Amino acid sequence: MSYQRSTVKRLVFGSLLVFSLSFLVNTASAQDGKAIFNSKCAACHSVFKESTGPALGGLEERGPWSDRKKLYAWIHNPAAFMANDAYTQGLKASHNGIMMTGFPDLKEAEIDAIVNYINTTFAAGPGGPKPSGGDGKAVAAEPQSDNTLLFGVLTLILAVIALTLLQVNSNLKKMSDDKEGIPSSEPVPFYRNKLYIALCIIALFLVGGYFTIQGAVGLGRQQNYEPEQPIFYSHKVHAGINQISCLYCHTGPQEGKQANIPSVNVCMNCHMAINEYTKGPALYRKDGSEVNGTAEIKKLYEYAGWDESKNQYTGKGKPIQWTRIHNLPDHVYFNHSQHVVVGQQQCQTCHGNITEMDEVHQFADLSMGWCINCHRNTKVQFENNKFYSIYEKFHEDIKNKKIDSVTVEMIGGTECQKCHY
Amino acid sequence: MDQKKYWQNLGELNNTEGYQKLVKDEFQEDLPMFDNSKGLLDAKTPRRDFLKYVGFSTAAAAVAAGCEAPVRKSIPYLNKPENLSPGVAQYYATTYVAEGDAVPVVAKVRDGRPIKIEGNDHSFLNMKGEGTSARVQSSVLDLYDTARLRWPAEVVNKELKELQLSEALDKKIAGELSGTTPVLLTSTITSPTTKQVIAEFLAKYPGGRHVQYDAISYSGLLLANERSYGKRTLPSYRFDKAKVIVSIDADFLGTWLSSEEYASQYASGRKINQKNPEMSKHIQFEGVLSLTGANADDRFLTRPSETGAIVLNLLAKLGGGVAAPAIADEKVKKGIDMAASMLGANKGAALVVCGSNDPDVQVLVNAINELLGANGVTINWAAPVQIRQGIDGEMDQLVKDMNSGQVSSLLIYEANPAYNYQDAAGFISGLQKVKLSVSFNDRADETSVLCKYIIPHPHYLESWGDAEARVGFYGLMQPTIEHLFSTRPFQTSLLKWSGSNTDYDEYFKKYWVEKLGGQMAFDAALQSGVVEPAEVSFASLPYNGAAVADAAAKVASVKSGSNAELILYQKVSIGSGATANNPWLQEMPDPISRATWDNYVMISYAMAKELGIELNDKYEVEYKKPVVEFTINGKPVKLPILAIAGMHPKVIALAVGYGRGEGVGLAGANVGYNAYPLVNGKGATRSYYSTDVTGYKNTGDTYDIAYTQTHNQYEGRVEVVREYTLADFRKNPEAVPHYREELAEDFAKHTGDFRAEATMYPNYESPGAHWGMSIDLNACTGCGACTIACTAENNVPVVGKSEVKRYHDMHWLRIDRYYASYRDKTEGDDLNVVFMPMLCQHCDNAPCENVCPVSATNHSSEGLNQMAYNRCIGTRYCANNCPFKVRRFNWADYTGADSFPDNQQFGVVGGLDPVVAQMNDDLTRMVLNPDVTVRSRGVIEKCSFCVQRLQDAKLKAKKSQDPSEIRNVKTACMQACSTGAIVFGNVNDKESRVYKLRTEEQNHRTYYALEHIHVLPNISYLAKIRNTDRPVGVKEEEHGATEIKEEAHH
Repeated sequence: MSYQRSTVKRLVFGSLLVFSLSFLVNTASAQDGKAIFNSKCAACHSVFKESTGPALGGLEERGPWSDRKKLYAWIHNPAAFMANDAYTQGLKASHNGIMMTGFPDLKEAEIDAIVNYINTTFAAGPGGPKPSGGDGKAVAAEPQSDNTLLFGVLTLILAVIALTLLQVNSNLKKMSDDKEGIPSSEPVPFYRNKLYIALCIIALFLVGGYFTIQGAVGLGRQQNYEPEQPIFYSHKVHAGINQISCLYCHTGPQEGKQANIPSVNVCMNCHMAINEYTKGPALYRKDGSEVNGTAEIKKLYEYAGWDESKNQYTGKGKPIQWTRIHNLPDHVYFNHSQHVVVGQQQCQTCHGNITEMDEVHQFADLSMGWCINCHRNTKVQFENNKFYSIYEKFHEDIKNKKIDSVTVEMIGGTECQKCHY
Repeated sequence: MDQKKYWQNLGELNNTEGYQKLVKDEFQEDLPMFDNSKGLLDAKTPRRDFLKYVGFSTAAAAVAAGCEAPVRKSIPYLNKPENLSPGVAQYYATTYVAEGDAVPVVAKVRDGRPIKIEGNDHSFLNMKGEGTSARVQSSVLDLYDTARLRWPAEVVNKELKELQLSEALDKKIAGELSGTTPVLLTSTITSPTTKQVIAEFLAKYPGGRHVQYDAISYSGLLLANERSYGKRTLPSYRFDKAKVIVSIDADFLGTWLSSEEYASQYASGRKINQKNPEMSKHIQFEGVLSLTGANADDRFLTRPSETGAIVLNLLAKLGGGVAAPAIADEKVKKGIDMAASMLGANKGAALVVCGSNDPDVQVLVNAINELLGANGVTINWAAPVQIRQGIDGEMDQLVKDMNSGQVSSLLIYEANPAYNYQDAAGFISGLQKVKLSVSFNDRADETSVLCKYIIPHPHYLESWGDAEARVGFYGLMQPTIEHLFSTRPFQTSLLKWSGSNTDYDEYFKKYWVEKLGGQMAFDAALQSGVVEPAEVSFASLPYNGAAVADAAAKVASVKSGSNAELILYQKVSIGSGATANNPWLQEMPDPISRATWDNYVMISYAMAKELGIELNDKYEVEYKKPVVEFTINGKPVKLPILAIAGMHPKVIALAVGYGRGEGVGLAGANVGYNAYPLVNGKGATRSYYSTDVTGYKNTGDTYDIAYTQTHNQYEGRVEVVREYTLADFRKNPEAVPHYREELAEDFAKHTGDFRAEATMYPNYESPGAHWGMSIDLNACTGCGACTIACTAENNVPVVGKSEVKRYHDMHWLRIDRYYASYRDKTEGDDLNVVFMPMLCQHCDNAPCENVCPVSATNHSSEGLNQMAYNRCIGTRYCANNCPFKVRRFNWADYTGADSFPDNQQFGVVGGLDPVVAQMNDDLTRMVLNPDVTVRSRGVIEKCSFCVQRLQDAKLKAKKSQDPSEIRNVKTACMQACSTGAIVFGNVNDKESRVYKLRTEEQNHRTYYALEHIHVLPNISYLAKIRNTDRPVGVKEEEHGATEIKEEAHH
């Protein structure tokens, strides 16, 4: 009997452990198409609009993409796929020769989820699923809901059942013991039962440990950080609607490590003439209040020391103290020109869809894992840059078809002293 | 037969018990918190406390995790200057000017802060190279010196009262000046505009004069040249044109005149072409082991009082027609014979230099050089050198005049006689009689606090200006940063006080625009930094031998007594002492004694024995050095001693430049003993030796000298150094390659590939670049400029004397000094000295990498042994396992990088010296290189091959799509080396210098340190070749192959 009882204990303990673990695992990997799309694709693609890459809405009607296998092959290794495919070659040509980044880590199911998301979103139209009306209903199927809650509730119910059964079991045992005259100890209330206490401690330890580690890992990271800036400067208005090139104001990326926040004189190049905000869309702050664009331009004049009435500088300017959004720790060396000039990366790859943001928020988490992942996946512009001629072995391997491309990792892009010295 | 041996200290030579104990541990002390001797609970940190700490730190981390990150501001320019991009370095050509020295340099400026100095390779003064001295390298730190005076001041009762730079002040001082006959006391001035300003100023004040005063006098040489050549000036020496160089007491590679230039020339005659091995012959006569003597092929020990006799004998032997006194010492006699015969055989390609400040001796040296046909060849008079112009008699006269009340006003610029004049008391009493005294020195030093006003002159990196080190060779200065403090060029003061309205900046620009014929030419000159002729011409001066007979008679009359003699020398790092507050220089180990932060009396082993000092373990391993009472010039002086091999048994030596007053700053104040009062000023010229050391006795006291001689030992693995005589090398040029073949035979029996077969570890491949360095031991003079360049480039911390004493010195690059001698002959002429720069060897099969439990140190695909500081948890296994002892551990928070403020005063390390606080001042920290992480407490650091420069070069190469950009990248040490001893580059590139050196040009001399233990270093050395007939090096056949094999199995 006592043997059985310990088996039961083990079973209960085991199932609790499994449930608590599955709870953790689930939160970590519960991603749907939208989330994957936003993390992997949104930097260059939108569903409806051309951005760095083509609009993805209705992609299955175009090119070879009705064949899902081909789509997998393309996403996993664009360079290899393009070699034998005229459609994608055309795509590259029509997008300033920019090559799609490969995602060899994306599982086929994940790609399916992305396509599913694109199709549903596209069908719903640019305004999103219509709040009312007939045809919206059919396609506005909820994207796969988050199952965490369901699993949590299930775990709880099962735990309660297990507890009750255990309690019943022990009561029954006591009754049968009493009946058979076997002396038994007084029943211990469950809150003083060492087994339960131990289980609770272990559960608390696991949950607490998980959150402590997550907290520690996230220390100093500030994804989606969107501080209020001294002037409500809308990138959407400047870079999106008015299509001012990023490099017009941020002059640094091609020269050196810093992208440079533009100095006030750069703003004044245009704003000497543009002194009011009337034509653009209404702008809203995070708290929902509307922004008076003209008033914000006046703030700029104050900083610049610009006397609008006389059309001249008063000489009493002061620099603007912007709040810095993208912060890297001191022990990380990051150089914009390496990525923008040599790697030919688009600003959006790391900074997100800036042209859609009013006040900028931090798009990527800027963690080391995020950097490393990109370095693992990104192909080096190997053929076009004479510098890489020193990698004779890789050229040989490409010629012999041993490898089809060279990633940043292969030329030392994930070594410690690439970034830390 | 006793075998010749390489050794760094006596313990190593005799393999004593204390030495064995020393080398057993990489780190000399345990962490005190793990003292378990009394049982766990009684220990300082028992188990329960440990658990408490764990609990607390976990909770603290959890709280910290919940905190918000600090809000950081990004503040762009209001109006961004053109051509300035934050984060991108800019380079400005300017000129280093200090105490007469003028070196054209290029300053690297990052975001408005100069952070690194390199030589300007447009200049002939740098031999068209980028090499500089340690002092030039460290001058950028002086800019951020916390002790610099931040405003003009009036001195009232030795207290400074702040003044404003204003017209009122100028009027006030001009008023006090009027009616006086001002004397302008400066160090040597080579600037043509400054000279003109001074002339205009003196014209306004008739009767005034300008006295130039050098802390270290070269009057003897100047006056002798006047007698021999009719010009009171210096020639430019050309050591590269000399096949035979004889130096008598002149430390021309370390401290004598323009030594970096000479070192560069000297090295060109020492670098061997292996197809036709030829090199210059260098013979040195000296009493104290100097940097130059250490590099000599043959060296003879003499006393300073014998200098004249040696010169006279040499002259006589060469047929100078003079009578010479007999030399008692047989060895020296033979040395003179050898020198004379070699010089005589190489007429037209020979040079004799002498460090004496006695004009009579120098007249005789001129006579020798004339006989050798040096005039116009190795002694070039085409463009006389102006870097020293002070005449001792003028200074002596000034002090006399001051004391007799004839000087009514005194203006002092860059001169500090209250500290470095031999009769400082006389100067000070004279100064009190001067009505108006103004100092333009940059700090409240010994002289300035005695003046009435101090109007600080800006640092050279903040100034406009010029210098004419050699006639017709100009270096231009331009500011690299806005004035940090309320300082003003002293020339502006002179202009204002002589009634002019312009300031010096305008004056300077106007002068040069006119001289060069327009703004465009001026801008171009500023950009290149120098105005020099297209090539160096050679010319001789008519020689006048009339003074020889008289000089010979006077020199012959100098008799050497039986007393011991004192030599006052300069250290390569501190020099005259003007830069004594520079922590980099103070912590730089002296090339010979390897001591930091002090001066001390160097004595011979023989004298140490005489003093009853046992040269045993206790002496060598411990930093406590005996204090000896010397009676010098009749006065008793108690000084700590260091017994050094290679000293004349009857000579003691003491460095000047120490014992500065409080005003110099935290780092330099009260470090060591001021030796200037021991300078002999009785004659017409000062002499830097004393024959009057009548007594010495051991006081029994000790004094702590922080020296690094016994740090980082190899446990007798002498294969790190290889040395051959020129004759041996000619006979058997393939000794080193042969050794490599033997290794392959022994350890790679199957394939013959030592690299791949002799190890169980995988071979690292370098598909792209593979960085490698070659260091030529023949060209390395041991000057230490590389050490300081490395410190500046890589933010290497300064730890202070107390920490050096505890083996906590942090230099990434050290220069090991080896003596080579027979065990029983540790002194005298048979002693050879070899310098070997030692830094991380970036082994391809690195022992440190295997033992790191967290993989904080690992290998890159470019052959770098990488160090990830943030990953390091400080186990120090790597340092223990490093055969070269080049890894450094941050025992305390030397840099202020920690988030925990008390890590600088933490109990484990004890309190740190005040200099650490000086280095962590916000002002001083402006010198930090922003591209290099500042390491915090508890991590290992070491040479990174200047990886920031490599990554930068690669980026440039990628941007310009040109792989040749990374072919010959320069590390900081390589760039600073005047002699070109260090060559760095991509060895995978067959066009690179380092590849060519290793495979074609110098493959016979190329060896790797500890090659047989198969660590596969990426640094190769070129074996030292000595042009001598004496036996040199450890003979191969004596070596014992079994010993090598045993080592390899470790």
